[in-house]
Amino acid sequence: MYPTNFAYAAPTSLADVIAQMQAAGDDGKLLAGGQSLIPMLKFRLAEPATLIDLGRVQELRGIRVDGNNIVIGAMTPYYQVLNSGEVQSRCPLLIQTIRQVGDPQVRTRGTVGGSLAHADPAGDLPAAAVALGAQLLATGASGNRLYDASNFFQDVMTTALEPSEVLTSVSFPATDSPGTGTAYLKHRHPASGYAVVGVAAIVTVGADGNCQSARIGITGAGSHATRATATEQALAGRPLDAQSVAAACANAASGVDLMGDSYASSDFRAHLVQVLAQRAIMQAAQNARR
Amino acid sequence: MSVSRLFGATVKRREDPRLITGKGMYTDDFKLPGMLHMVILRSPYAHARITSLDVSKAKQLPGVHAVLTGKDLAGKVNPIPTAWLIPNSDLKTPAYPALATDHVRYTGDAVAAVVAETPAIARDARDLIEVNYEPLPVVTETEKALAAGAPQLHDDAPGNQAFHWSFANGDADGAIDTAEVVVRHRFVQQRLIPNAMETRGAVASWQPGADELTLYNTTQNPHIVRFLCSVINNIPENKIRVFARDVGGGFGSKIPFYGGDALTVFASQVTGRPVKWIEDRHENYLATIHGRDQVTDVELAAKRDGTMTGLRVKAYSNMGAYLSTAAPGVPTWLFALIVPGCYTIQDYKCDVWGAFTNTTPTDAYRGAGRPEAAFLIERMTDLLAGELGMDPVDIRRKNFIPADAFPYTSGGTLTYDSGNYQGTLDKALEMANYSGFRQQQQQLRQQGRYQGIGLSTYVEVCGLAPSPAAGAMGFQGGLWEPATIRMLATGKVVVLTGTSPHGQGEETTFAQLVADQLGVAVEDVDVVHGDTGAIPMGWGTYGSRSTAVGGTAIFKATQKVIEKAKKIAAHLLEAAPDDIVFDSGTFHVQGSPDKSKTIQEIALMANLAWNMPEGVEPGLEESSFHDPTNFTYPFGAHICTVEVDPDTGEVKILRYVAVDDVGVVVNPMIVDGQVHGGVAQGIGQALYEHAIYDEAGQLITGSMTDYAVPNMTQIPTVETARTETPCPHNLTGIKGVGETGTIASSQAVVNAVVDALSPLGIKHIDMPLTPERVWKAMQAAKSAGSSSASQPGQPGQ
Amino acid sequence: MEQNIRVTVNGEEQQSAVEPRTLLVHYLRDVLNLTGTHVGCDTGQCGACTVLLNGQPVKSCMVLAVQADGAQVQTVEGLARNGEYHPIQAAFWEKHGLQCGFCTPGMMMAAVGLLQRNPNPTDAEIREQLEGNLCRCTGYQNIVAAVRSAADAMRTGAAQPATAGTAGE
Repeated sequence: MYPTNFAYAAPTSLADVIAQMQAAGDDGKLLAGGQSLIPMLKFRLAEPATLIDLGRVQELRGIRVDGNNIVIGAMTPYYQVLNSGEVQSRCPLLIQTIRQVGDPQVRTRGTVGGSLAHADPAGDLPAAAVALGAQLLATGASGNRLYDASNFFQDVMTTALEPSEVLTSVSFPATDSPGTGTAYLKHRHPASGYAVVGVAAIVTVGADGNCQSARIGITGAGSHATRATATEQALAGRPLDAQSVAAACANAASGVDLMGDSYASSDFRAHLVQVLAQRAIMQAAQNARR
Repeated sequence: MSVSRLFGATVKRREDPRLITGKGMYTDDFKLPGMLHMVILRSPYAHARITSLDVSKAKQLPGVHAVLTGKDLAGKVNPIPTAWLIPNSDLKTPAYPALATDHVRYTGDAVAAVVAETPAIARDARDLIEVNYEPLPVVTETEKALAAGAPQLHDDAPGNQAFHWSFANGDADGAIDTAEVVVRHRFVQQRLIPNAMETRGAVASWQPGADELTLYNTTQNPHIVRFLCSVINNIPENKIRVFARDVGGGFGSKIPFYGGDALTVFASQVTGRPVKWIEDRHENYLATIHGRDQVTDVELAAKRDGTMTGLRVKAYSNMGAYLSTAAPGVPTWLFALIVPGCYTIQDYKCDVWGAFTNTTPTDAYRGAGRPEAAFLIERMTDLLAGELGMDPVDIRRKNFIPADAFPYTSGGTLTYDSGNYQGTLDKALEMANYSGFRQQQQQLRQQGRYQGIGLSTYVEVCGLAPSPAAGAMGFQGGLWEPATIRMLATGKVVVLTGTSPHGQGEETTFAQLVADQLGVAVEDVDVVHGDTGAIPMGWGTYGSRSTAVGGTAIFKATQKVIEKAKKIAAHLLEAAPDDIVFDSGTFHVQGSPDKSKTIQEIALMANLAWNMPEGVEPGLEESSFHDPTNFTYPFGAHICTVEVDPDTGEVKILRYVAVDDVGVVVNPMIVDGQVHGGVAQGIGQALYEHAIYDEAGQLITGSMTDYAVPNMTQIPTVETARTETPCPHNLTGIKGVGETGTIASSQAVVNAVVDALSPLGIKHIDMPLTPERVWKAMQAAKSAGSSSASQPGQPGQ
Repeated sequence: MEQNIRVTVNGEEQQSAVEPRTLLVHYLRDVLNLTGTHVGCDTGQCGACTVLLNGQPVKSCMVLAVQADGAQVQTVEGLARNGEYHPIQAAFWEKHGLQCGFCTPGMMMAAVGLLQRNPNPTDAEIREQLEGNLCRCTGYQNIVAAVRSAADAMRTGAAQPATAGTAGE
């Protein structure tokens, strides 16, 4: 309940952040919303010598539209995304997903960038990021680097970010073209509220009523968020009735590095992936028709 | 007893103004000048020898005042005693030290304590303690612990057996041998973590020179704490003052006086400063008692017509690494005697084995033995109904103790005081629209939907307890309860109660009782509790005893006040006491209502003592020491309806109906609240909660991130109703309601789920009914090929 | 190395020097002696420590005091004004929305946050929005009733409750 002592820095610009990170080296940790890091500090699972608080870096906050993308600053708190009219109309999958993250208090403090960089295998946002094909911009001592969501999440709490890099913004493609609908469904852990399994689905319905394309992101079931490419391929061109979708989802969990725990075994998670994928696809398809 | 304006009235709680403004004083809110902070180093191993312990670096950290180890306690802090020595059970009571010396026996067993200027420094110092452990083999499950070859926890408890306790009435073996039908089943009732929202702790202030101890403790029973502290810390009982001001929930987990509390006292003596110790939640999960954890093999004999004829139970109870304060009595007396429940079964036998295992000690947790009992008899009743193709309602009606049979000596040799099981069941069935639901269930089954309805008809034994019975059961204390009513010169009333409410609202209900009897305003009555300096004695709040026993003591003391006041009034009004009528706070001469005195006037005159009747002492204060002559037996019928998602196994509660009879009710709003909260905990056990140990004895569900204390989306609105069958043996007619909700509810939910899944041939699923367990049970049943749209003889067809 | 922070708590500016590792909840309880905000867990699950930070509900055990430098904080002690209860306090009292009271300050602050965002929530919305606040005593339904009652009072500007301190009505 009481962290170890640390030095505290509250830089106000990205350049300052980079400088602080260099000075702190391996013994520094970045503080975003704190909803994941602060519990670790309290349990003394993390004992950084220096905590670099990103909370005062205004340039890391904000939501703007850039062509067909919504660009969200890494330090933008969840609740601001929920309140954003642009996100609501142009990228509703983010709303559907973030609405289910934690609870209102967590959504006041937790940030988009913090969640993605932390890469908790049971976090919700990585599923949406992967489904949307988000582009993640990072800045380090040697400049900027752009990551694609598809290879950003690598393992339990492990991303492609270099130790000297800080995530600065995330670009989410809009999904508001006609015929496209989205949904995020999760099996919520009864204690933590995290995703035991979470499925984000983006479905584009063709003029013939069949699935023109689908992108499905899965979180919770395995060590990191992944795309359900087998199901996406099985669904392409197929009808969107319950039977057809169920058949396409038979392999929804393939490619997931399945994990289990005392609440849900890996084979039950694999089953839930199938069920939630079906339901998410059906819901997304229904939303597409609106 | 006359009906009245406050007895039975919903009155807003007196407790609330301080609590809703953040002015409650919980143990962590107390700050004494010079106060230091203590933390405890706890074993990360479930079973190990301590091979070395070096606290030198910890001691040297600036800001550290003391580091205590087991050696420091020798001769000064005694082991924690067990206060329930169940007779004829070969009970073993191995030593339970406040700090381990050479062995740790569960993950969380205390090894050292650090006392420092701040909580942060104390933890920094704790990190510097160097301990070496030699891990030993671990056993966490009861039957494995009792089996040959199991790792042994205590030299003086061979085979890890804590006790073997038996009960028998009539000839259960014969009944089972000659029965037309016998249903057999094994039930696992899982380990739970009580999770009062306030963790445990203490602030101890030792006054050197005066050699007096002031102890603020988050306890349900300050006088028992005073007694145990005197025994454990070797301080004369009359030199200890215990305060239990605001306590943030207890549910039984704050009955014991724990090693941590004793260490806090000792730390204050060693440092000469006040010391505070407050558990972190993870520490609370390890160090505060767990509940339940019992496996039972049950056999129920019956005739083909559904009449139950015999019952045989073998129970295996996990006591944890050491015996906690009340622990031995919970899975024995409090469990076994009520297993026959509402039914007329007389031939009954029960054997209980308690085992030591490398887990946190278990003890009373809301219901304490009675939920375990009600669960198994109500599940067995449904299993028997299923076996015979009978409706669960009909089989209960067939076996209920009839309403005109009370007082009734049960198969558990308890004398049930009063009851009307038929009445509560009828009301519940009507509220739940039982027949309508059965029709709807049938229709939905055709659509492949799984809805179910579950009953739980219960009777429980509470209002602890007649002291001779307590003694006969081996409880090392009495369970009577005192009360003092004192009227001050200004007419204000002070009520001293030895009960110790922590959410149950007795500051309000006791004020209602007294104000009602005395005819004074309820605002003029102040209920004092939780201070052993102000209140001579008491046995605390648990076992649904505060209102039934404590309230009755208050009632009797108030009657004594009225009797004394009457004598004084008679004297002042120059009449004979027999000619004085007391009504609505006023004494008047029979036939001359204008010749009157208010009770406030009498109180003033009594305190001035200028003109007292012969033989009557000054003051207006009376005490009563009430020892109940029996337990009380609340009862009721709960009905739960559910729908099961066949694809995910998730259980959704559609409706929850609770009809309870708790005797006479003082404050209906508070009684309803107790039912809501109790049912929530029972639903938690049925669907969500499970304290899980892995094979190495690590508590995997070590925080609220893993252990699912139900949240607001997981608990339905409970529809409550009552019947009122007074308790015949205690003047007030009150039976108590604190635990009925928990006792009644888990099996209502499980019965509903099993009912929903009965087309698949599923007969039982062990709690918690997690989605995976339910889904896997359905998968297993489907592949066993017993699936059919409906089975012959299913109810409601 | 202590940091100087300036936090406006219940309308009063407080200046303190704290170690950066100090949680906001400990700052409130131990430095400012506002013990109405409680610590119920260590993983940020229970919500007993909920306060309003710049008007939004946060779990004060999951915020460092230094992060609140320059911010406004409202705790349970700041709910009543001029000796009158906030509608949420009056409603919790009226509807028996508390038993032991330990979760209550955090529950009420979270409810205030909820009603700011949604002045007319359904019961289902109340339950979902207060999912981050655990109670072990009440079984929740009276809390839902209390929030509903406070919402109605606040929307209609109904008569303010009796002065703080009156009991037994």
